[in-house]
Parts: sequence; structure tokens; C-alpha cells
Amino acid sequence: MDQTPVTEQREPVVQIRGLTFRRGARVIFDNVDLDIERGRITAIMGPSGTGKTTLLRLIGGQLRPDAGSIKVFGQEVGKLSRRELFELRKRIGMLFQSGALLTDLTVFDNVAFPLREHTGLPERMIRDLVLIKLEAVGLRGARGLMPSELSGGMARRVALARAIALDPMMILYDEPFTGQDPISMGTLAQLIHALNGTLSLTSVVVSHDVHETSLIADYIYVMSGGKLIGEGSPQTLAQSDSPWVRQFMDGLPDGPVPFHYPAPAYGDDLLSNDDA
Amino acid sequence: MIKTKTVEVTVGLFVILGFAALFYLAMQVSNLSAFGISRMDGYSVTAHFENVGSLKVGAPVTIAGVRVGRVTAIGIDHKTQEAAVQLTISSEHNDIPLDTTASILTSGLLGEQYVGLEPGGDEKVLKEGDEIKLTQSALVLEKIISQVLFSKAAEGPGESPARK
Amino acid sequence: MLDAVQNLGRWALNILERAGRATLFLILTLRGLPPILARPLLVIQQMHAVGVRSLLIIVVSGLFVGMVLGLQGYNTLVDFGAEQTLGVMVALALVRELGPVISALLFAGRACSALTAEIGLMKATEQLSAMEMMATDPLSRVIAPRLLAGFLALPLLAAIFSAIGVLGGYFVGVGLLGVDDGAFWSQMQAKVDPDDIYNGIIKSVAFGFVTTWIAVFQGYDATPTSEGVSRATTYTVVHGSLAVLGLDFVLTSFMFGD
Repeated sequence: MDQTPVTEQREPVVQIRGLTFRRGARVIFDNVDLDIERGRITAIMGPSGTGKTTLLRLIGGQLRPDAGSIKVFGQEVGKLSRRELFELRKRIGMLFQSGALLTDLTVFDNVAFPLREHTGLPERMIRDLVLIKLEAVGLRGARGLMPSELSGGMARRVALARAIALDPMMILYDEPFTGQDPISMGTLAQLIHALNGTLSLTSVVVSHDVHETSLIADYIYVMSGGKLIGEGSPQTLAQSDSPWVRQFMDGLPDGPVPFHYPAPAYGDDLLSNDDA
Repeated sequence: MIKTKTVEVTVGLFVILGFAALFYLAMQVSNLSAFGISRMDGYSVTAHFENVGSLKVGAPVTIAGVRVGRVTAIGIDHKTQEAAVQLTISSEHNDIPLDTTASILTSGLLGEQYVGLEPGGDEKVLKEGDEIKLTQSALVLEKIISQVLFSKAAEGPGESPARK
Repeated sequence: MLDAVQNLGRWALNILERAGRATLFLILTLRGLPPILARPLLVIQQMHAVGVRSLLIIVVSGLFVGMVLGLQGYNTLVDFGAEQTLGVMVALALVRELGPVISALLFAGRACSALTAEIGLMKATEQLSAMEMMATDPLSRVIAPRLLAGFLALPLLAAIFSAIGVLGGYFVGVGLLGVDDGAFWSQMQAKVDPDDIYNGIIKSVAFGFVTTWIAVFQGYDATPTSEGVSRATTYTVVHGSLAVLGLDFVLTSFMFGD
């Protein structure tokens, strides 16, 4: 697959230009440009609190940007009506960090949920489709369980089966590896990679897990402090000499991203009489 | 997860129970079955009283203590300046003689006032729009007391047993 | 002094803002209601959650309230020699006031608090967000059936409460204290008007609507943390109960104030 960042003949699935987003006084994104190419796994990485999840919500249209444009499948997300937005979302699957399974439904009903909501298919066919999706994530045998009976990794795999239920063209993964043991981490990475290939999807993985993400991503954007600080294929980034990228990729405690939260000088603070 | 069928059945039972309770309240507790206040079928007659006391619209109309109807309107007859009371009597009681007497009575010491009918002997019976000619007004406590006081006063001040 | 005025102003603005959001929320939910009517199963499941599961507490409370009314009423009325009117007293108290009001208070405590906690947790665990991303409007799919179910369930619960209460009063008055059986029912039937029952139903419909509205709004509006959800649940019970009592006064003054 072509590894250069922008190829002229292919229009990106998601095209972000000049994105600015604030939460109160805090600037989460400051004039960010970003492209997500069709058919690839694109990772967006960065330390916690850099608004990676917010970016997914902006792409999904749950939040609207303060400035700039976000085009998904060529449509300007911030300007869509509610109905158009819902039509767009049927083509996007999203895997939430917690899985976000509906706790009052079984595994089977969770995967069937989008099918029952959006397709008028007969129950017989829904059953077949659900079993196909569950088989794809290896949990066909767990269909009668309630979400509370699943381990974290299993819950995420069920959520993945639900995300692909409507055969979307793009899947957004929000921190898929967080809080997983090494085995389920490997399983999930494997699944994300395999599904992207077999279903010819476009995947966006938001993560701070350098190792797992580097294994499956075709292209990586590194963010910090509301700006892009690096981009490129995993190999390129591994050899990058930018101090920001180095700190993040190598997991150094101090560097351009400071270890200390902003504070007055240590000595002054100890001597001052300020409360708390 | 409870089976859908169980849920549907229990909710069905719940709804039935709720409506049964409503029906029970309407039939057993209130008098909807006997007399709906506005949709009562029957015939109306009027009666004039000098004074209706605290008679209210909706008060019962009885014969020998048995309810046969309701007071449906109370107004003033401008010719005579008397109270004109409209009584609606259930159509099953269509054999009340024309010379019936209507009295305003009180149920118990503190009770509500109602209209008591005392049938006469006439062969003709009351029909829609008829008037009950013989009436007896409500007893007004103040009037009774003043009557007693006047009669005592007439007997002479010295002999009143009320004063020692 | 200025601070106090400022605080008062901020408080008032806060309340207004919340009321505005609650109203907007209600309008959006009602707009999402029609598609739900085509899927009655969703409403039936919620009727089960808020109605059937509240049945036990309603029946037991109704029975005891009726029995207490019978005892208290008898002791008061017997001094006037008017114990035959016990049935009237019990039935009017239940149908006009205690039935709708107490069942609404119990409903706020039993069913509405559970609704708030459920919706709040769905929000905290991103289930509502996930639905939105699956192109399903949670206001229509989650909130609307619950609102409708609460609105339908409370009048039925209140009717059951009153009916059981009358039986409780009958049991104590006639069964234990020896009030005349015929007098109990006939006096009741003479004095309780169908209008009393209609008014009681109107009250409980209003209470059902308001308490459920508060419950679903508090859940939907909760801060998505365990602390936020627990606070929202408390608010549901407190605000719901106060709303019931306040609304009861307003409705009663309209109904009986002539």
C-alpha cells in the first residue's frame, strides 16, 4: 500500500482543515489539519487529555467545531441537519472506550440493536447477521450473556461486532487498548487489522498505546497541546528526531511535555502563606 | 432479562387491575351507577319555596327516605320572588301523584339538606314540566329561635322560666 | 448586601436556565414520541418497570392508609353519632386526595428514582452517546417510552391505591368496629360524586406526567459521574415530591374552589 501521506487521485474519507475547538477558555484544537485516507488504519496518538476522544466526537458530529471544516465522505459535518447527520452515522461505526454496551440487553440483542433500529429485516435474517458478526469477533458462543457477565476485552469485542453490524465504511476506535491485559490487547489489535482488510474499511484508532498501535497503523498523527506535532508511517516516526515525538514514542517522563503541572516556582510556593 | 411474554402478560394484568379499580371506584364508591349528575335520564319538575336554606344543586330528592332523583337547578322566580327549584326525577319513578308535597329536610343534626317528597292521593301523576304546588320551606334555625323568643316574650316577662 | 442580591440573581437565573432546558428537553422528547407509538413493546417494557414493580408498595400502602383512615375516622365520628358516614369520609379522603397524592409520592420514590438512576448511568457509561453514534435518537428510543409509561402507569396505580384503601377502611370500620355494613356503602354512594373520581384521575395524570418528566430530565441532565447520578436521583425524589404537593394545591383550588 502507498505510504506517502497525500495521494492526489484518492479523496480522503475525512478531511479536516483549520479545525479549532474550545471548551470554555481551554483550547482543545488549535488550527489542526488532518486527512484520513480510504482503506487505511490511521492512528491518532498523543498523551492523555489532548482531546483525542473529542476529535472522534467532532468527526461523528456529536460536537461542532468553533472554526474550520470537517468533511466526512465529502459532507461538511458541522452543517448537516439532524436527519442528514443520522444518515451519515449509519455509515460510521464507533467503538467506545468502555464498550458502551446497552446494559439491559443481551450480547445478541446489543449486536442486533442497530439492525432492528434501522433495517426492517425479518427476525430470522437479523439472527443470521448477528451470528455472522459475533463469529467475526469470536464470541458467537457468548450471545446469551448479559454485558455485566463479560470481561472488559469481551465487552469491547461485542461492541466491535455491534459497530460493524450495519456494514459501515469507517470505524472510529476510541482507546481500544486501554485497560486490557496483553492477550486481549493482542486479540483486539489483530481484529482491528483483520476487519479493516476483510471488510475494506477505513479505521481511525485513537490511542496512547505506542507499541500496539504502531503494529497495526498505516499512518500515525501525534498530537499534543492542541496541535499536530508529528505525522508519518510508524517507521518514519520511530526514527523521528523531533523532541516531542521522541518523548511520546519512547515514553520519557519529562521533555517538551513537562512532568510538572504549571505552578509558581517551587521555592516561592513553599515560603508563601497562600492557603491551599 | 425477563422473557418478553412474561412482561407483556404482567403489564396486561396490571392494566386490567388498574381499570378494574377505576370501575370499582366509579360503581361501588360513587353513585355513578345510580345517578350520573348531568347525564341523568328522567323528567324535571319545579317547586317553589319561600326559603331553600342551604339546599345545593345535586342534593338528593327522596320519597320515604329512598332516593328518586336530584336537585338540578336552583333559581329565583322573579314574579313571586320565591326560590324556584328544579328537581329531576329518575324515569322509573313515573307514578308520583300530582298533589305530592315537597319539603326541604335536613339529614341528621349536622347533615346536608335534601328534598323529601310526600306523595298525595291524586290519580294524575307528575310529568315533565309540572310544578309541585304544595311545598314546605327549609327550617331556618334563626327563625325558629326568634319565634320561640317572641312567644315567650308574649307570655310576659315576669314568668319566663329562662330567667331566675 | 450586594453579594446577597447577586447570589439571589444567580440562583434565579440558574433556575430559569434549568427550566428552559427541561422544557426544551420535553419538546424534543415529545417530538420523538410518534415513532415509539409504532413499537408498543418498548412502552410495555417500561410499564412493567415503573408500573408492575410499584404494585406491591402501592397495594400495601393503600391497605394501611385505608385502615388508618377507618380507625381515625371512626374515633372522631363516633363522638357525633355520625359513624355511619365513615364510608364517606374514607372514600372522599382517598379518591380526592390521598389516593393520587400518596401514590404519586410513592411513585416518585420507587419508580422515578430508579428511572433517573438508570438513565444517569446510561449516560455515564456512554450508552446514550453510543446510541447517538448508531444514528438512534436516545430521546426517542430511551426517554420517550419511559415518559409515556410513567404517565400511563400512575393513574392506574392511584386507582388501585384508592380501591384497596376503601376496602381497608371497610375492613376496619365494618369488620372490626361494627359500623353498619349497608350504611357504610349507601352513605358513601350518596356523597361521593363521579366528579370526585374524575378529579382524582385528572390529578394523578398530572402527577404522573410531572414526576416522570422530572425523573427522566434529571437522569438525562445528570453529571455523568457516580456522584452526579446519585445527586440527580436525590433531586428527582425531592423535586418530584414537592412538585406533587404544590401541584396538588393548585389543582385542588381549581377543582373545589368553584
